[in-house]
Amino acid sequence: MDLSNYQCKGLYDEMFQEDGICRAHYHPFEKLLRKTHPKKLKQLQFSANKSQLAMGMTFNVYHNEEGLEKILHLDVIPRIIPNAEWLQLEAGLKQRINALNHFIQDIYNDQNILNDGIVPRDLIENSKDFLKPCMGLTPPKGIWCHITGTDLIRDKSGEYFVLEDNLRCPSGVSYMLESREIIKRAFPNILNKTGVMPVSNYPTRLLEMLKNLSVKDKPVVGVLTPGIYNSAYFEHSYLALQMGAELVTGEDLIVRDKKVYMQTTQGFEQIDVIYRRIDDTFLDPEAFNPDSLLGVPGIFEAYRAGNIALANAPGTGVADDKAVYAYVPDIIKYYLNETPILNNVPTYLCRKPDDRQYVLDHIEDLVVKETNAAGGYGMLIGPKSTPEEHEKFRNLIKTNPDNYIAQPTLNLSTVPTLVDDSVECRHVDLRPYVLYGEEIDVVPGALSRVALKKGSLVVNSSQGGGSKDTWVLY
Amino acid sequence: MLSRVANSIYWLGRYLERAENYARFIDVNFNLMLDLPPGLKAQWEPLVLATGDHAHYVKSHKDFDKRSVIFFMTLDRSNPNSILSAITYARENGRIVREHLSKETWEKINGLYHMLNNTSERKIWGKKDPRSFFEDIKYQIQLLYGLADTTVARTEGWYFRTLGMYLERADKTSRILDVKYHMLLPSPQEVGSPLDFLHWNALLKSVSAFNTYRRLYGTIESSGLLEFLVFNRRFPRSIYFCIKEAEDCLHMISDSQNYDFKNSAEKEIGALRSKLAFSDIADIIKDGLHESIDEIQQKINVISSEIELSFFQIKQPSFTQNQSQS
Repeated sequence: MDLSNYQCKGLYDEMFQEDGICRAHYHPFEKLLRKTHPKKLKQLQFSANKSQLAMGMTFNVYHNEEGLEKILHLDVIPRIIPNAEWLQLEAGLKQRINALNHFIQDIYNDQNILNDGIVPRDLIENSKDFLKPCMGLTPPKGIWCHITGTDLIRDKSGEYFVLEDNLRCPSGVSYMLESREIIKRAFPNILNKTGVMPVSNYPTRLLEMLKNLSVKDKPVVGVLTPGIYNSAYFEHSYLALQMGAELVTGEDLIVRDKKVYMQTTQGFEQIDVIYRRIDDTFLDPEAFNPDSLLGVPGIFEAYRAGNIALANAPGTGVADDKAVYAYVPDIIKYYLNETPILNNVPTYLCRKPDDRQYVLDHIEDLVVKETNAAGGYGMLIGPKSTPEEHEKFRNLIKTNPDNYIAQPTLNLSTVPTLVDDSVECRHVDLRPYVLYGEEIDVVPGALSRVALKKGSLVVNSSQGGGSKDTWVLY
Repeated sequence: MLSRVANSIYWLGRYLERAENYARFIDVNFNLMLDLPPGLKAQWEPLVLATGDHAHYVKSHKDFDKRSVIFFMTLDRSNPNSILSAITYARENGRIVREHLSKETWEKINGLYHMLNNTSERKIWGKKDPRSFFEDIKYQIQLLYGLADTTVARTEGWYFRTLGMYLERADKTSRILDVKYHMLLPSPQEVGSPLDFLHWNALLKSVSAFNTYRRLYGTIESSGLLEFLVFNRRFPRSIYFCIKEAEDCLHMISDSQNYDFKNSAEKEIGALRSKLAFSDIADIIKDGLHESIDEIQQKINVISSEIELSFFQIKQPSFTQNQSQS
């Protein structure tokens, strides 16, 4: 593969420096890439796609009448992260999760941070993710956010910034795991040569973490899924399979005497720990959204009584609000008295009059996001939008300022990506996964999401993004 | 095992077996038609009659021509029993219980689904002879059985899938016999004629039983053949064999003794098994072939609903009882 035409001027590229010289940690892979014929590379890409389809690694499936299933395109060229850089990230993530966990515990109990005026009280108490029923609650071992999938990006200078914390039900970890298996087959020898840390023990660590939440010796562990029509169903069943846990839906469960039971062919069996992949408010129609058919009536009572452990704990979503995000550096300082290792993207809160004015004046340069939306919906990318769209968002912000934040458009770093017969640069983000069990544990790998369209900054799978295997080096 | 999971595994077993049997039906009928004496009209209607989808078929079709019938039974999405529908349901059930399947099993089911789903109609129907296509389906399903046989632990899930498979197979063998009933001979004098003989041959081949039958019974004649396909103790597609195996599965699931029962499903299947065990060909001739088969099919349906009630449905009352006892 000829890489001489690779262009990444003015951007931070993961593989090449500005002067076109390949970064040291990519050397073994570069050698391999240059040796590989474009045809061969295309073949590898073809078989990667095929294995994803064969495995049923598909998403957003049954809405389509034709039964057409989409795979999350996996680009065969990996993204590589050198060890020193990773250690820094790891330390930053641990610090952040630690602080956020303190924050959630505090919010639902003493509320010191609100009393001290560090975070505005109304911001928390008006948030739809603030669950009043959780007041006064301390989950098993004081852990709220057991599984986090933090989104990070790098700007022009190569510095990492946290984009989102994703404390609710972050998905994509199954893609991280299966992508590695596929790439191992595509490039069998290079992983060894490069020295790539394995990710395959994630399910074991996840299971350990979940078991840790029960006082029983052999707790019954389940993964709670909304069912096969959910776009992340592949992941739910994959994780249950890998852990040897039960995959359960709401209709399999029943609560009696504040205990949760599974309906089996031999009668009812108690379940002790649930990794729930249903959003907070759908968990229990008795405690939260009464219209939800996905959840289990009474499970929250069982949870309060300490008879079932839930991961992530209900209520964690409050720390995941895009407006709360702006306060995370303050949260870190408040609870840990430390300087944040990982920075936030500068964020304007439209609820603050000064910030709001700035956003209204500079909307064409900013990215505007709804505080509670996910998946790349409900947002405006200023530089790529029309004056009409700017005006529309100005009005939305004026009507409901609390609902919006804005951030400067960042030039996400790029990474070489196979496009037809050539390799071109595409923007990329990074989602590592953090488990909070006996201690906080960052898996040495990540889901790197790539914007497949040239120049596009949107990497969400729901918006046509692809993914990359991410190699963290020893 | 979760009731929902058991339900899916049971239906996975049934749908796979259904798809395989449909492939057999069509394949054999196709073969048979090639052997017909000139001037005799090919008969495709009996196939539709035997599958029980006649009413559905005539809603959208006038003629029972080869092309329409094969399409209806193979790729017609509007027919819930077509091969494509059966494989789609099998896969959907597989997806639901994927964490209980081996990787290979899931990938084979998934692959079969994609094969059926992606083959454009024209590609198959453009060909004059689609037999290799049906053979392929048959073999892919047999491969799944082989994989299961050597890799799946004999725990509850195994018995639920096997139960589904045998009940479906018993039903389909009975329907294959029914094809012969519907396959009209030009006149009563033709009974025992070469044409009659051809029909019976085709029937045996559809259950891969021609050689076995020849060795065990010799002459091809209706009474021997009926005995073989209904009562034979050792042939894995005979109705008795399938019912007996299904009963054993139920005993394993409920952990009850042979010749005993703990629930209504076991009770019903035990009754059918003993009726078959203590009947012979004379009883069938007395009651009439079609009538006897019809009765067997109805009993299989009853067993099926009792399985549903005994294992798959929410049993809140019994839960409360258990609780108060403890």
